[in-house]
Amino acid sequence: MPEPVVVAENLTRLFGDFVAVDHVSFRINAGEVVGYLGPNGSGKTTTIRMLLGLLEPSDGRATVLGYDAFLQTEEVRARAGYMSQKFAIYDDLTVWENLSFYGGVYGVTERARIEATLARVALGGHEKTLTRSLSVGWRQRLALAIALVHQPKLLFLDEPTSGVDPSARRVFWDLIYDLAGEGVTIFVTTHYMDEAEYCERVGIMREGKLLAMDTPANLKAQTLPGPVWDVFAAPLQAGLETLSVTDGVLHTGLAGNHLRIITRPKMTVRRLRAALTAAGVEVAAVERGEPTLEDVFLSLAKGD
Amino acid sequence: MDTNWPIRVSDLHKSFGAIHAVDGISLRVAAGEIFGLVGSDGAGKTTTLRLLVGALWPDAGEIAIAGYDMSRQAEQARAHLGYLSQRFSLYEDLTVLENIRFFAEVRGLSTGEWLPRSMEILDFVGLAEFKDRRAGQLSGGMKQKLGLATALVHRPRILLLDEPTTGVDPVTRQDFWQLIIRLLNPDAEDGVAVVISTPYMDEAARCNRIGFMRAGRFLLEGPPSALCATLEGRILELRGQPLRLLRRIAGQDEDVEDARAFGDRLHLRVREKRMKAVLRRLPRRIRAGGGSLDDLRQVPPTLEDVFIDLSEDVL
Repeated sequence: MPEPVVVAENLTRLFGDFVAVDHVSFRINAGEVVGYLGPNGSGKTTTIRMLLGLLEPSDGRATVLGYDAFLQTEEVRARAGYMSQKFAIYDDLTVWENLSFYGGVYGVTERARIEATLARVALGGHEKTLTRSLSVGWRQRLALAIALVHQPKLLFLDEPTSGVDPSARRVFWDLIYDLAGEGVTIFVTTHYMDEAEYCERVGIMREGKLLAMDTPANLKAQTLPGPVWDVFAAPLQAGLETLSVTDGVLHTGLAGNHLRIITRPKMTVRRLRAALTAAGVEVAAVERGEPTLEDVFLSLAKGD
Repeated sequence: MDTNWPIRVSDLHKSFGAIHAVDGISLRVAAGEIFGLVGSDGAGKTTTLRLLVGALWPDAGEIAIAGYDMSRQAEQARAHLGYLSQRFSLYEDLTVLENIRFFAEVRGLSTGEWLPRSMEILDFVGLAEFKDRRAGQLSGGMKQKLGLATALVHRPRILLLDEPTTGVDPVTRQDFWQLIIRLLNPDAEDGVAVVISTPYMDEAARCNRIGFMRAGRFLLEGPPSALCATLEGRILELRGQPLRLLRRIAGQDEDVEDARAFGDRLHLRVREKRMKAVLRRLPRRIRAGGGSLDDLRQVPPTLEDVFIDLSEDVL
């Protein structure tokens, strides 16, 4: 059995009447990249804040790196790195000054360590650049460097790719993989369904509840009630309305320029085509689709 | 009124100090069309929308909304505009209906008009049965729909939406887009013209045209299908194990310009006319390097491939 680095048991947090995190239990093993997927307000950040001892759980408990997350906060924070959604980077300081400032907070003062950390996030050579002139993607990498400067074995990343363009998002994920390759355990939240596919295991949060946590492949195999299909038809709206009342179609939605549907196992192309044609919808193509985590989220959400 | 182009913008500029937030944007949007603004935070999307609403004054350039010049006929122009800002706030202690009434009165709807119109719009967004609930008690998705309802109460011909779906759950995103598509109604006379900003590539693909922004400019603009066509025949999808090794091997190929992870697979961008050569030798190289290959095939380019090609990570 691999050693668990994070253990959450019935972790719960109330704000007044509002249940932000509702009896969440999971384990993260050493060296894993675990994603925490959910919309804004689903309890992702509150979970991280409890794991870091920043918020007291209303119920349940968590151990992080073997320490009680709330009672032994100092030990946890000395060994874990945290990149928050809204990170304070000083705009009027250079890249180097920002990193050495935060390094100092953790007691890291060696030049070589700071240089190595900048190199690791591909910011080497930009030491003297003023932080305010960095693009969003580069700022995120500086924020990552700050979370890494004390060489943590466990890293909490809270929506690290929010607001950056697709290219910079991928560069950031490459860095996450490099770190995982060096043995760092990573817990990363995102609201991008496609990003969650990069994780070894994914937890799906909705309204404070952890609906499922598993590998992307297992989530798809276990939660989807049947095949998914891409339907190219015109007009789109009429196609959507028709399929949403077609027997055997469990979920209909838009995906890019076409329709995406989930059906019962025995659905056929012919039946789908027939239903659309009968309603006067012109069908260009009906193809079996590859299941995605968005399909998983949509079918899990359907249960309520 | 210019019915062909409810939105006409030419060579728009806006600076804040030394920063050129919007640096020469031109665009036209027809009734029944959605124009998508895509790009990082700070690329100029919100500033562009705020200029179109008339909340900011441009340094240079022209904006015509429903045929009215924003610099001289702002009042008339705004009468045709609906706007949902990123940080939209509702009155949490008012009910759903009271919120709509507030916006209806601001928009000058008379006492006789506002109630039927409010009920019609609540019905449209699916909130009619919640009309007496306080806005503070609504779920995130319902708040989003109420926001849209308030922007629509005066039947605008032009709708400007600043990242309305960022961070909201996929169910709500679906509902929201279905409402937008119904509003477009391209075959009818009352079709709306929409400009929307979004960080999601699948939403960008749904727009009639998109502009990819960086540093206040469009780096690329056009219908999604035309943008994707520029990379036709140049994208390979590769599956196998271990992904990191495959990526290194693929990245070293002389004809592979870029190799990136797309979920549990890789997308490779291949030099023009080198597809066959890569398909022939890459499987051999992967086996020789100790990797296992499950699948390697040409796939149609996605918008994400297009943007990655364009927006190489820059300072």
